[in-house]
Amino acid sequence: MDDFTVGIVVFPGSNCDRDVSWALEGCLDIRTKYLWHESSDLSDVDAIVLPGGFSYGDYLRCGAIARFSLLINALEEFVKSGKRVLGICNGFQILTESGFLPGALTANKNLNFICDDVELDIVSSKGGWFNDGSEKQTIKLPIAHGEGRYYCDSDTLKKLVDNELIALRYKNNPNGSSFDIAGITNKKGNVLGLMPHPERACDEIIGGTDGLFTLKSLILK
Amino acid sequence: MDQFAVKVFVRLRPSVLDPAGEATKSASIKLGAEGIKSLRIGKMIEVKIEGNGENEVREKIDLLCDRLFANTVIEDYEYSLEKL
Repeated sequence: MDDFTVGIVVFPGSNCDRDVSWALEGCLDIRTKYLWHESSDLSDVDAIVLPGGFSYGDYLRCGAIARFSLLINALEEFVKSGKRVLGICNGFQILTESGFLPGALTANKNLNFICDDVELDIVSSKGGWFNDGSEKQTIKLPIAHGEGRYYCDSDTLKKLVDNELIALRYKNNPNGSSFDIAGITNKKGNVLGLMPHPERACDEIIGGTDGLFTLKSLILK
Repeated sequence: MDQFAVKVFVRLRPSVLDPAGEATKSASIKLGAEGIKSLRIGKMIEVKIEGNGENEVREKIDLLCDRLFANTVIEDYEYSLEKL
């Protein structure tokens, strides 16, 4: 497992790429490698993180331009092979825009850019992203977004519920998301998208460690 | 080759809350405008494009609208097309 490498995708406008690297390398001793979005060679990474930020300045819609990058085109095979992909914030937006996850993320109900810690209920442990083996069913993670209101139609919501694809729900919905949804997985469980930032909760000195488990679970097979 | 001017309108679907529209409606009322029942904000995209006839150009614009200009999970689109 020593040579397990997590690829961190860098788009023009990504700004949480270094935080993710710091959390993985510094807190978890997991090797990382930055992947420029124009690369389509994913052969030497074992898992991928699409970090937060403002890829392409959020032009048109958040994540709308990034989905056409060479790297996102190459992601389909990677996901099919069962390897793990974690999309955080803007990464989650890219995963919905590109169809890896259902639904869409749009402007917060109150139009504010919300930067806060939020309490989250772990709804499903599909993919093992949150199941830390303890009794803890609620975690606290920071959010920082202006366009994090998850939206899907009622048919999609039913599918999400029936297939246990809702990973996290806000305890006190900050942005107007449908069904308080903060994070979802694909059916297989190897793709997780969430608006909260686990990489910003990996050390007590910065306010909590509830994000560690999710990042650590990138190395699960 | 014919050249066309296309105007694409992208709107949030009626079922999707438009907080920017709501805020603008509230400001409109503060300005003193009366009778506003609803106000929703969309996008307009202008494209100049060439192709062999209107049908071919419509195919291209349909693809652009469906895959890029609008996210059909939350948005509808329509467009008008004028031959230059």
